[in-house]
Amino acid sequence: MAFVNLKNKEVQAKVVFYGPGRGGKTTNLEYIYNKFRDRIKSDMVSIKTHGDRTLFFDFLPFDIGKIMGYDVKIQLYTVPGQVKYNATRRLVLKGVDGMVFVADSMVEQREKNLLSLKNLQENLTIYKKSIFKIPLVLQYNKRDLEKQGIPVMPLDMMEKDLNSQLKVPYFEASALAGDNVINTLKKIISLTMASLQNVLK
Amino acid sequence: MASDDDRSVTDYTLNQVQLERIEKILDSDLVRSGINSVLMIDMAGNIIAKGDNGKCNHDVYALAALASANFAAVDTMANIVGEDFSLLFHKGEHESIHFSKIWNEFLLISLFGKDVSLGLLRLKIAEAIEKIKSVWH
Repeated sequence: MAFVNLKNKEVQAKVVFYGPGRGGKTTNLEYIYNKFRDRIKSDMVSIKTHGDRTLFFDFLPFDIGKIMGYDVKIQLYTVPGQVKYNATRRLVLKGVDGMVFVADSMVEQREKNLLSLKNLQENLTIYKKSIFKIPLVLQYNKRDLEKQGIPVMPLDMMEKDLNSQLKVPYFEASALAGDNVINTLKKIISLTMASLQNVLK
Repeated sequence: MASDDDRSVTDYTLNQVQLERIEKILDSDLVRSGINSVLMIDMAGNIIAKGDNGKCNHDVYALAALASANFAAVDTMANIVGEDFSLLFHKGEHESIHFSKIWNEFLLISLFGKDVSLGLLRLKIAEAIEKIKSVWH
């Protein structure tokens, strides 16, 4: 539900990072914020609990410059991953234009990834959006843990679990180290902008 | 709410002339009545129109994101208790903030100092909202 301001030639689009709790959604945004701090004029906004868990959302506005004569502002949001915060998670999805699903590669998180993806599908339905139609990128996060001897799921297992029907672009990533964080971002921005192209012509 | 030359992917549509009319209302009815800064946003947190007295340096994009989420939470609470809350007000020592719904689609956020009376402000906001609504007719 991007807003295209024909008067100021400005586009505001909303990209939401979704996924199970402690999967690295906030870490993705923090990496982006630190990497592009000189280009991001405002502060990153985080509404979190005292225990540093996301309570409502994180928010980071990101100017990507001009596309087809429009100044494009991508509003990056995360949702709280914890199951109990579904009501607030749903609110953040309002007006979403593009999604990144941050899956946790740790073996023990397999079930939580599946539940979170199913939850995303249900919550999008509330806004009459389909998980099969919305611009979506999968990020298999925490791949770096393997080096530390922590068991992670093989890529084909994650693909089969999460992407066998969706068939969307995916990245193996480490949000902490920054591996493929920017590539994930670039991909979702290009998919989102492509979906808005007809409006901007 | 739509006209032929509108291009939008939102649930609502606004063309350039309508946007200009709204910004004019914000300026003439609210900023000139002493409001420091006023934002009209949609419920997804997008800024539709804004006006200010030139002295405000707030991060309006963050403010819009937080306000829409805040109001969405208030709306959900209202549903739980079987109510409909159409406005919110927070009083600060130097600056106060007033939120008012325009239909269920938009939110008008007004920031003002202690030199403006709340009663007058509410009157002005109510008038401005009626004028904004008429932009679609």
